Amino acid sequence: MKPQTLGWTLLMVVGGAFLIGRAVLTGAGTVYVQDVEIEVEIEDEAEEEAQVVTLQRVEQVPPNARSEPGVRLSYVHTFGLWVAAACTLGIFSFLWGDNPLYKVTEAIFVGSSAAYAMVVAFWSELVQNLCGNLLPDLMRETLIPGLKVEEPNLWYLVPLVMAIMLLWRLMPSGGWISRWPLAFFIGATAGFRMMGYLEADFTQQISNTIMPLIVTGADGSFQFWASLKNMTIVGSVLVCLTYFFFSVEHTGPVGWAARLGIWVLMITFGASFGYTVMGRIALLAGRLEFLFDDWLWLIDPLGRRLDM
Amino acid sequence: MYTFLRDLDRRWIFLLMGIVATVPILAGWRFPEDPSPMVRDVFHAIEDLPDGSRIFMAYDYDPASQGELHPMALAFTRHCALKGHKLYFFTLWPQGGPLIQQNIRLIERNFPDYEYGEDYVNLGYRSGQEGPIKVIVTDLRKSVAVDVNGTSLSEIPMTRDIRNIQQMDLIVNVSAGYPGTKEWVLYASTPYNIETVAGCTGVSAPYLYPYYPEQLAGILGAIKAAAEYEYTLIEEYPQLKDDPTAQEALRRMGPQLVAHVTLIVLIIVGNTIYFVGRSRGDVT
Repeated sequence: MKPQTLGWTLLMVVGGAFLIGRAVLTGAGTVYVQDVEIEVEIEDEAEEEAQVVTLQRVEQVPPNARSEPGVRLSYVHTFGLWVAAACTLGIFSFLWGDNPLYKVTEAIFVGSSAAYAMVVAFWSELVQNLCGNLLPDLMRETLIPGLKVEEPNLWYLVPLVMAIMLLWRLMPSGGWISRWPLAFFIGATAGFRMMGYLEADFTQQISNTIMPLIVTGADGSFQFWASLKNMTIVGSVLVCLTYFFFSVEHTGPVGWAARLGIWVLMITFGASFGYTVMGRIALLAGRLEFLFDDWLWLIDPLGRRLDM
Repeated sequence: MYTFLRDLDRRWIFLLMGIVATVPILAGWRFPEDPSPMVRDVFHAIEDLPDGSRIFMAYDYDPASQGELHPMALAFTRHCALKGHKLYFFTLWPQGGPLIQQNIRLIERNFPDYEYGEDYVNLGYRSGQEGPIKVIVTDLRKSVAVDVNGTSLSEIPMTRDIRNIQQMDLIVNVSAGYPGTKEWVLYASTPYNIETVAGCTGVSAPYLYPYYPEQLAGILGAIKAAAEYEYTLIEEYPQLKDDPTAQEALRRMGPQLVAHVTLIVLIIVGNTIYFVGRSRGDVT
């Protein structure tokens, strides 16, 4: 047996034994739920008073409440927890190298995210927004009983026609038809963005950079740190702009300013890198906390297993 | 030693990072926080509003950035509810819906007097990237006619008189990228002068700081700022001191500190190896 295969086998056996031990001895990796009744008022136009309907919602409860009446072990939620843990470990396994487990987990993540986004967009935009406005009576009788739209809004035919034109590219011929709605979307988006950027990112940013270089307090005293801060901001903006100004050769004072501009940019990228590291470690800590708390019950920061 | 470090398999570095992130979590290490002026500005933007003000909670993030942004979103929700503000939840991210639901669960558990429709409402998800912002800033019902339960906005007490989001006293945006804080600044806060505070991922924070303080009243950059925000919240509301659910970001700062120190050491070691190698002629 290769040393690498032996190492993996040992890791799997020891890890599996640990998991079984935790699950049997402490009950780790189980999820408890209870049914909670909620009352919902439904207005019926035929009736004068609103009807009150009682619905049941399954709510997760902390493990230390498992002996309370009405609380039960949920096999579905428990299975979901183990799948989540397995997927987390599957993604982590990429650090060792590309492997089938990582590929499967990645495919599940991408597929489920795309499907979720598609379903949400279908119900909220196509059914609720488009069909709800074009065919209100039909929608009220079938998919959206509480729909309040009375008359069809024919303006919604415009996006419907454009959507059909956009999908025309899938047809064997006439693919050029899809370019028209595409041109409209690109033009409209560019227009919206240009207006937004001109106002918020161009004129307003220039305005934000116009600041006093010598800052004085209410009593007229010189504020050193505030002045230094303002000078740094204004100076950094100017040297960075100099770096991107190519109409003059970067020699002499212009060259020095441009070089300083590079340093300012490098500091910005460094800060961005530092923040990125912070973000990634936060994500790692979040997943580790999930594994140690929800799954393995090794830690209990929220006190959900006290007195067990 | 030089050869050993130069040829070290990078997987040992991954293992080291895993260990340094794991130990503080298992040991429950916590470190004191010193809230920055920007974090205090965010806090006061919510705190100084009169009780019962209208807050538009635009939570534009998904499970992929949950570890970084969810503690921040929960802290915002908790703070607004402590102040008795009216909360209008909304998201431009399809996967943001369930995360908003978790914020609503926090309200249901900790603020039993809060009533749906009277004190908070879930307007749900709208597709179209920044498009809905452009619409709801002038006409809310054109883009959002009903809440997530399908109830018309004209039947919900707290949305009945809302024509557009210019009537909000504050926009609170939690952003994982596009569409997010930048789009709220471009299409809502700057052109219509709507007071806005934001919480964002570490990656995007340096690019949003230029908007502070004129276009954004404050920014929470990544988990560190979220921890400072939680600390400020506990300072002002001491009843949260014994509530572990109000200290999620503070708890995450243990692994942050140890991992960052390790990373700094690794960068120094890596650069040292590079320069030693260059002086020996190993690096071209």
